[in-house]
Amino acid sequence: MLLTITTTHTPATDLGYLLHKHPARAQSFDLSFGRAHVFYPEAAQERCTAAMLLDLDAIGLKRHRKALVDYVTDRPYVASSFTSVAIARVFGTALKGQCAHRPDLVTRPIPLRAKIHVLPCRGGDQLLCDLFQPLGYAVTAKAHRLDEKFSEWGHSPYYTVALEARIPLKDLLTHLYVLIPVLDNDKHYFVSQSEIDTLMRRGKGWLSDHPKRDLIVDRYLKHQRTLTREAFRLMDDIPLERGIADSELVVENNLRLNQQRYRAASEALEKSGAQSILDLGCGEGRFAQILSDHPQFTKILGMEVSHRALSRAKERRDRLPPVQRDRIELIHGSLFYRDARLEGYDAAVLLEVIEHLALSRLPVFNRVVFEYARPNTVIVTTPNAEFNVRWASLPGGRFRHPDHRFEWSRKQFQNWARGVAEKFNYRTTFKPIGPVDPEVGPPTQMAVFTDQAVTGDR
Amino acid sequence: MTGDHRPTMSKPIHISIPEIALVVLIGASGSGKSTFAKTHFKPTEVLSSDFFRGLISDDETDQTVTKEAFEALHDIATKRLANYKLTVIDATSVQESARNPLVALAKQQHVFPIAIVLDMPEALCRQRNKYRPDRNFGGHVIGHQCHQLRRSFKRLKREGFRRIYTLRSEDEVQRVCVTREKVWSNRKDECGPFDIIGDVHGCYDELITLLDKLGYDIRPDQIVPPGRKAIFLGDLVDRGPKIPHVLDLVMSMVKGNTALCIPGNHDARLVRALRGKRVRPTYGLSESLAQIDARDRKRYADFLDGLVSHYVLDDGNLVVAHAGMTEEMAGRTSGAVRAFALYGETTGETDEFGLPIRLNWAAGYRGAATVVYGHTPVPRAEWLNDTINLDTGCVFGGALTALRYPEKKCVSVPSVKMYAKPARPLIPATHRSAQQTHDDMLDIDDVIGKRAVDTFLIPRITIREEHATAALEVMSRYALDPKWLIYLPPTMSPSKTSSRPGVLEHPDEAFTYYRENGLAQVICEEKHMGSRAVVILCKNGEIARERFGLSEPALGACYTRTGRAFFDDSDLETAFFTRLQNAISKADLWNALDTDWIALDCELMPWSARAQQLLQEQYAAVGAAARASLNATLDALNAAAANGIDVAHHLAEYGARSRRVDRYIEAYRAYCWPVRGLDDLKLAPFHILATEGAVHRDRAHTWHMETLAKLCLADPDLLHATPYRIVDLNDAQSCHNATTWWEQITSQGREGMVVKPIHFIARNKKGRLIQPAIKCRGREYLRIIYGPEYTTSQNLAKLRQRNVKTKQSLALREFALGLEALNRFVQNEPLRRIHECVFGVLALESEPVDPRL
Repeated sequence: MLLTITTTHTPATDLGYLLHKHPARAQSFDLSFGRAHVFYPEAAQERCTAAMLLDLDAIGLKRHRKALVDYVTDRPYVASSFTSVAIARVFGTALKGQCAHRPDLVTRPIPLRAKIHVLPCRGGDQLLCDLFQPLGYAVTAKAHRLDEKFSEWGHSPYYTVALEARIPLKDLLTHLYVLIPVLDNDKHYFVSQSEIDTLMRRGKGWLSDHPKRDLIVDRYLKHQRTLTREAFRLMDDIPLERGIADSELVVENNLRLNQQRYRAASEALEKSGAQSILDLGCGEGRFAQILSDHPQFTKILGMEVSHRALSRAKERRDRLPPVQRDRIELIHGSLFYRDARLEGYDAAVLLEVIEHLALSRLPVFNRVVFEYARPNTVIVTTPNAEFNVRWASLPGGRFRHPDHRFEWSRKQFQNWARGVAEKFNYRTTFKPIGPVDPEVGPPTQMAVFTDQAVTGDR
Repeated sequence: MTGDHRPTMSKPIHISIPEIALVVLIGASGSGKSTFAKTHFKPTEVLSSDFFRGLISDDETDQTVTKEAFEALHDIATKRLANYKLTVIDATSVQESARNPLVALAKQQHVFPIAIVLDMPEALCRQRNKYRPDRNFGGHVIGHQCHQLRRSFKRLKREGFRRIYTLRSEDEVQRVCVTREKVWSNRKDECGPFDIIGDVHGCYDELITLLDKLGYDIRPDQIVPPGRKAIFLGDLVDRGPKIPHVLDLVMSMVKGNTALCIPGNHDARLVRALRGKRVRPTYGLSESLAQIDARDRKRYADFLDGLVSHYVLDDGNLVVAHAGMTEEMAGRTSGAVRAFALYGETTGETDEFGLPIRLNWAAGYRGAATVVYGHTPVPRAEWLNDTINLDTGCVFGGALTALRYPEKKCVSVPSVKMYAKPARPLIPATHRSAQQTHDDMLDIDDVIGKRAVDTFLIPRITIREEHATAALEVMSRYALDPKWLIYLPPTMSPSKTSSRPGVLEHPDEAFTYYRENGLAQVICEEKHMGSRAVVILCKNGEIARERFGLSEPALGACYTRTGRAFFDDSDLETAFFTRLQNAISKADLWNALDTDWIALDCELMPWSARAQQLLQEQYAAVGAAARASLNATLDALNAAAANGIDVAHHLAEYGARSRRVDRYIEAYRAYCWPVRGLDDLKLAPFHILATEGAVHRDRAHTWHMETLAKLCLADPDLLHATPYRIVDLNDAQSCHNATTWWEQITSQGREGMVVKPIHFIARNKKGRLIQPAIKCRGREYLRIIYGPEYTTSQNLAKLRQRNVKTKQSLALREFALGLEALNRFVQNEPLRRIHECVFGVLALESEPVDPRL
């Protein structure tokens, strides 16, 4: 990774004073993760460039820190949180705004140009501009192809980035310090409470009014909800209840639609009179938590195939008050195996689950739920594929989530549901979830199955 | 009576106890129960309430923990009986309320409750207690106990004790001799071979034809078996034309010890009718009664009445019972066991034909023993979970069927005519077997939790619970229909780390490994860099249904090492299978291997076809970042140097890095090319895993290579024959030549080679399994694994610390599981038995092992 800083301030060689690095010498600095070399490719009165070359020992890192990085890693070649640490170590004095020889220059805007070889921009060059332009920079970015021999592979996330502004050097360094790991969307070290202090200190005077403030805070604190909440509170005393500001492609306004799904499903459960509930594919246990707060639902069994999601669900459950906590049992399991643990419940809910199952294996799933577990009521929700044209951010033909194996139109869903109902002797009704578009219907669709043998319709 | 001095050589009192039973000792405190138990039973067989009191409170006389002590005692007794172990209860048990739960336990475990009553004189009990320092309860307690005991005598039989022995004096106690008897159903020492014959129902002519077909010598006066024994599964009588003939034949064979016979429900019903009980003459009983001569009534009734409900044979590996037998009941002795053996399990409801709805016990059967039964007529005898119903409805115009054991082959003769009309028509067979239909649904209990899988190569391979959890996730989220997953490939260990300068792996270490393990020859096969693919190919689409049990016809399956479908594009997949089918036909392999399906272990190239995401997100990305960053770095350093700054050292260092990155990019590029259609794919098969009736693990690798070379010739555009060399490990020149070859191919950008013993399964001189394969990867290839910079001497020094031991152990266990899965499939075992092996491979793959090895 190479970072260069150029000035055309006269005399440009004052840069040496500001950085506390002599332009005529190449110097090296030991860091815990490698070395940093500082040298000047050019050092004239009219134009002076300092270069910081970061020499990262990937194999050493891998062997000492185990899982943190791979042997085949971009870390030695790209700007990342390692770069921020190196800036603080190598240019610490400049970053703090101290300069004994040119004290007047410290706070004076001077023409500066920083160039980063190379910067990973997770979110593309648009995000790069959105982050730096509000701070007064002219941004130029050159994207690099993944491999020129395979042009069909397209572009890499890496850019050679140039940032130009009239700005005090310490401000430039501060912006780089904070925003490089934000663009990389990663940190090589464990992020804890102290990271909030760092962010408050380095973000003073520019962060709270930045239009991308939420994203910066969220990424800088590695998406840790407790930390970000605290940071927002410190900034303007307003506790913000905002969702995930970016990261994945968020095509649905998840929060709202999810809540509507939960409400629709729990209303249907209430109406069914069910007391014991199976939450099949319970994910991180949000819905189980909602149900556990309702006196009607005395026994909730959540099942999830993803071990990671299940352990989050367990953490969530264990934070609940004892009355609620004791109602929820969570198990690891799969909807492709007959499972005696699922027998004897009043109702089952499958919220946005079936679209994650291979279409060819749905017949097995049908039997596991409707033949063997056989609750009186089964509630299934799934996306309505017809609605996808209404999501501006969803390219045509793509699914809403990369793990979706299919997305059904209203007709396809109803055909499946009617087939299942007939085969296993259930009655079925359908309900839209979310605002119903006159042409393409609702974003999500729900089917409620009722065991005919129990309702006496037989 | 205490003064009763009889000669010590007086007659012994025999107490006979079945090998599995619940023995309840009954007697007041001081009556000598513990001494009796100690004399006649193993210490571990005796559960004493005092001992359990002691376990709980450190005081054997502490009455305050009586409830807890009995709970624990019951718990242990239950577990012992479930484990088929005789159990003796040493407590006073003088009250009915204390005995009732024990009788209930015996019933629940299907064993006889047996009472041994020590009715000792009260004075003796008192006297004994006086000399026991820890028994200081008042004399009234013993008096009370003796009183209760006497009141119990009359009740014991009614309470359900099957045998009651009473000892009334010390002398009688002295003379007791306890013997253990085998339960009637225990014929474990009879190991066959057997011919097990289904419901005959008076079809004498068919029976004679069948016995003849089975090789029995039919003489006018007797039937001489060909060194085998016949077993009749009951229902000899009713409905058919020659009931007395059948009875006479079977009785003479049983008498001559050339046959065993168990009773059926019809036989039991006939016994009651013959004994003069009122039985409605339905279900063919009238035929029996009409055909049986009055003089033979008692003879037949005695024979049928004396039959044992079921038999456990061949060291416990075979169970025969008329209507089936569960694992929990086999070899036990309750009324429920007899009822199950005769009538099976019904829901109590009847179907539209008026027949009882039977619970399909066989569907849930998980026992180790093969169960052979009859009772319900079926269109054909079919295996389900290692059980088989041989009642093919001879009397209803079907066939009379025998199962040869241990061969497990069925022999049938068609019936001469329909003697009776079946209540429910025998529906002809479908495409798929009962087992295959049953296997549409697997049970979670067969895969989760800590498990041990027995393989023919390694016994009891442990699958840890957390690894099974990980496997369940992979299996459920990504894998194909489990019916295709008859094998998953094992991981492979690299050779030990080489100490040669500049390389991490070298053939020398692989050769040394096999030489040290006593091999003289190995085969070196080029290792292709693509994606591991298991290909199962059917001769036609119907085979997928008939042999693999899929619900729809299909040409085959091609899946990755985690069981995921290789192709997303079904047209491409179909074209791929069709090309392979044609190649196999052209190479005449269907005939040569006498099969209509084939399973191949292969590498499918290019790597980029499957690993696109990994390539773009990691390999190409790192290359792109490195190239751009290093170019800029070299420019900056050159500029500084031109300005007279001393950066020569950096320039040299970063120049070298830049060249290493170039080689890294070259390395991964060699395994990438765009796939626009089938013509861009290359399949390199290297094992013929299995075909109908055979797992080709007994064939040398040279056979695999030669046979596959022929196949590859049939379609060289798609199929790629793997180059290989045979190496004589004790010939330096031979080893050297192979090494040179390895250097040559790896310098051309090929991955490397795999060194294998000539034989598929190899053992060293001590008989221990050795690695079935060891890989030696090339220097340039390893840049993809260890990064562009790995070849510097400092980095190599760090990387040399790797250890291949865990990886080798894992490779062996996965190898054993994979072959076991194939074996079980070839032997037509239930899917869950195959699935547990491939599931095991997936589970072991989640063990934490350095993924770069």
